[in-house]
Amino acid sequence: MISLPLEHIFILACILFMIGFVGVIARKNTLFILMSLEVMLNAVGIAFIGAGSVWEQADGQVMFILILTLAAAEVALGLALLIRLQRRFQSLDIDKLNRLRG
Amino acid sequence: MTTNLSMLAWLPFYPLISFFILILLGKRLSWFMASVVSVGAVSLSAISAFWLVQQLAISDQQVITVQLWQWFSLGNSQVNFTLYLDGLSAVMISVVTGVGALIHLYAAGYMKTDENFSRFMAYMNLFIVAMLLLVLGDNLVLLYLGWEGVGLCSFLLIGFWYQDKNNALAARKAFIVTRIGDTAMAIALFMLFNSLGEFNINHLTELAAVKWQVGDQQVFWIALLLLGGAVGKSAQLPLQTWLPDAMAGPTPVSALIHAATMVTAGVYLIARMHGLFLLAPEVMTYVAWIGALTLLLAGFAALAQTDIKRVLAYSTMSQIGYMMLALGAGAWSEGIFHLMTHAFFKALLFLTAGSVILALHHQQNIFKMGGLVKKLPIETTLFAIGLICLIALPGTSGFYSKEAIIASLWTSPTAGPIFWWCAILGALLTSVYSCRLFFLTFLGNSRASSGTHIDNKTDPKIEVNTDFSAIMRWPLYLLAVLALLGGLFSTMLDQQLAIIFANTSLDTTVAEEFEPHWLHIVAIATPFIGIVFSWFYFADYRQTSGINHDAAFAEKNSRLTSFCLHGLGFDWLYQKLFINPYCFIAKLNRKDIFDQIIMTSRWYVDLWRSALIANQNGSLRWYAASLGIAVIFLLGVALL
Repeated sequence: MISLPLEHIFILACILFMIGFVGVIARKNTLFILMSLEVMLNAVGIAFIGAGSVWEQADGQVMFILILTLAAAEVALGLALLIRLQRRFQSLDIDKLNRLRG
Repeated sequence: MTTNLSMLAWLPFYPLISFFILILLGKRLSWFMASVVSVGAVSLSAISAFWLVQQLAISDQQVITVQLWQWFSLGNSQVNFTLYLDGLSAVMISVVTGVGALIHLYAAGYMKTDENFSRFMAYMNLFIVAMLLLVLGDNLVLLYLGWEGVGLCSFLLIGFWYQDKNNALAARKAFIVTRIGDTAMAIALFMLFNSLGEFNINHLTELAAVKWQVGDQQVFWIALLLLGGAVGKSAQLPLQTWLPDAMAGPTPVSALIHAATMVTAGVYLIARMHGLFLLAPEVMTYVAWIGALTLLLAGFAALAQTDIKRVLAYSTMSQIGYMMLALGAGAWSEGIFHLMTHAFFKALLFLTAGSVILALHHQQNIFKMGGLVKKLPIETTLFAIGLICLIALPGTSGFYSKEAIIASLWTSPTAGPIFWWCAILGALLTSVYSCRLFFLTFLGNSRASSGTHIDNKTDPKIEVNTDFSAIMRWPLYLLAVLALLGGLFSTMLDQQLAIIFANTSLDTTVAEEFEPHWLHIVAIATPFIGIVFSWFYFADYRQTSGINHDAAFAEKNSRLTSFCLHGLGFDWLYQKLFINPYCFIAKLNRKDIFDQIIMTSRWYVDLWRSALIANQNGSLRWYAASLGIAVIFLLGVALL
């Protein structure tokens, strides 16, 4: 088994995180924002798994399972909300859904 | 003995309690309840005051003092909340509470329909409290408390109908102009304490006599500054401009504050501090000069006024001028006596004028009155009584007091013949303007519609409301009786005041001048000369046969009359001399360094405000981006 250096794993995680973050900022469609959020969560997951394998600890995998569960729950809620939004406003454009002016 | 003390201790507190009741309950009280509380409280004070005066007169005790509590201590001396009753303050409390109670009763009727009735009565009660503290205070600090208190109440009551801008301006003017005098008085107080270390008036007088010689520089300045305070409060030259404008207040206020009591506070102050003034004879001559000039100035101004209340205001000024003249001549008890009789007849005149104004539906212009003798016979009689006391016809109270003042002028070392002539000329003016006022208001034809021909063609005679309730009549009857018979108090008064002013007669070795025998005859004859003169000179005003009134009254537009109408140009002079330069400097100085500092901070606040507003734009993506930027920034800070 080839052991990857920790820096590489972190660089990959950072790149993935940045891609996700830029997606959140740049995308207008709420569905794509949700997907970008998943990318960001997975970037964090990679960082945990990589760190766990390098240091030969099980904690990283435990954390990843936790994140996975969280992501699943979040997606379930988020998609449900998206469907309601689509039904109600016939649009998923986040800039048009700012009626609360929060 | 103890009843005396508790009576005196409670004297100022009845109106104070009433004030709090009226202010706290306000409009929840009915008219009847509010009147009973306020008039009752002042009447209680009046009854206590009369009882105390009686006690003072029959017992050999000359002074009643009651110490309520210690107010504060300054260095080694204590300033106590002590009420001090002697002959002088006894005269003052009887005038303040007696005339005050009658005016309160009248005011309850006069202001009945006003929606802020209880607020009005509350202020009136507060005024009585402050005035009682002023005259009963045994030290100058307590006196100053009352002094400022009456100024405050004057301000509140002149501007009582503050919805009208002119009333609010008049109130502001009265407050600011009297403040100039009050500042002078405060400085005098500081100087007194600085040099004598004491505020108690009796101790002060004793210490001053020991410390200073007659004519010392320091006592000269202190007396001059005290005179400044008196001049401001009593509307004397050169701070007299506020009094005519103060007539903007309701008429009972003019009667109570601006005729009978508050404006005489200056006279009281000088009489109370006579020990100091005796040490500064020059200042006493100044007092006499101020009195003489004011009485002439106000007399001339009263000749040209068109507003019934302004005539009376100028007349008040001129009568206070007489009091000042008496004080300046060292005739202390004569001045105080005139203060008392003036309170009677001027309150009567103002209240009767109030009835006339009410009867004519708030018409105050005497050129639009006339012929009221048929419609308001009772008011006409009462007004005539007030005027003959003002003119000082023999037998009336004004005669006793004014002749006493005039008689004391010629031989006084600090006054002299020239002041005597001023006083005689003033008496002549008084009778001329009184006759003019009476003729215009009550005699002649009704000019109610003159000047507004077109409007009132259908209704040429405005209906005169003659329906007065008893509470607006009885105070007038009582005041009329007091005004006519007030001269009878003179013996009692002399007896009381002689004790206070004993050993204060001026050094008469200098001027034991020749006193011509014709002095008294001239003094008594002068008012009659004035009446006869005006009978012919103002014939137009009193005759009922005039056809074209507008032509007869066209002369009022001449330049001289206009000059007199505006108070001999003092308002104009002060506007040019003080107000305009001050406003100019203020305008120039609008952008000074402090302003810059404040405006810079304002600019920063504004900047941050717009930055934060721009952030709160409601866009989720913007929020996410700023979150990311903030995290990166904080990480950068943490790593560096």
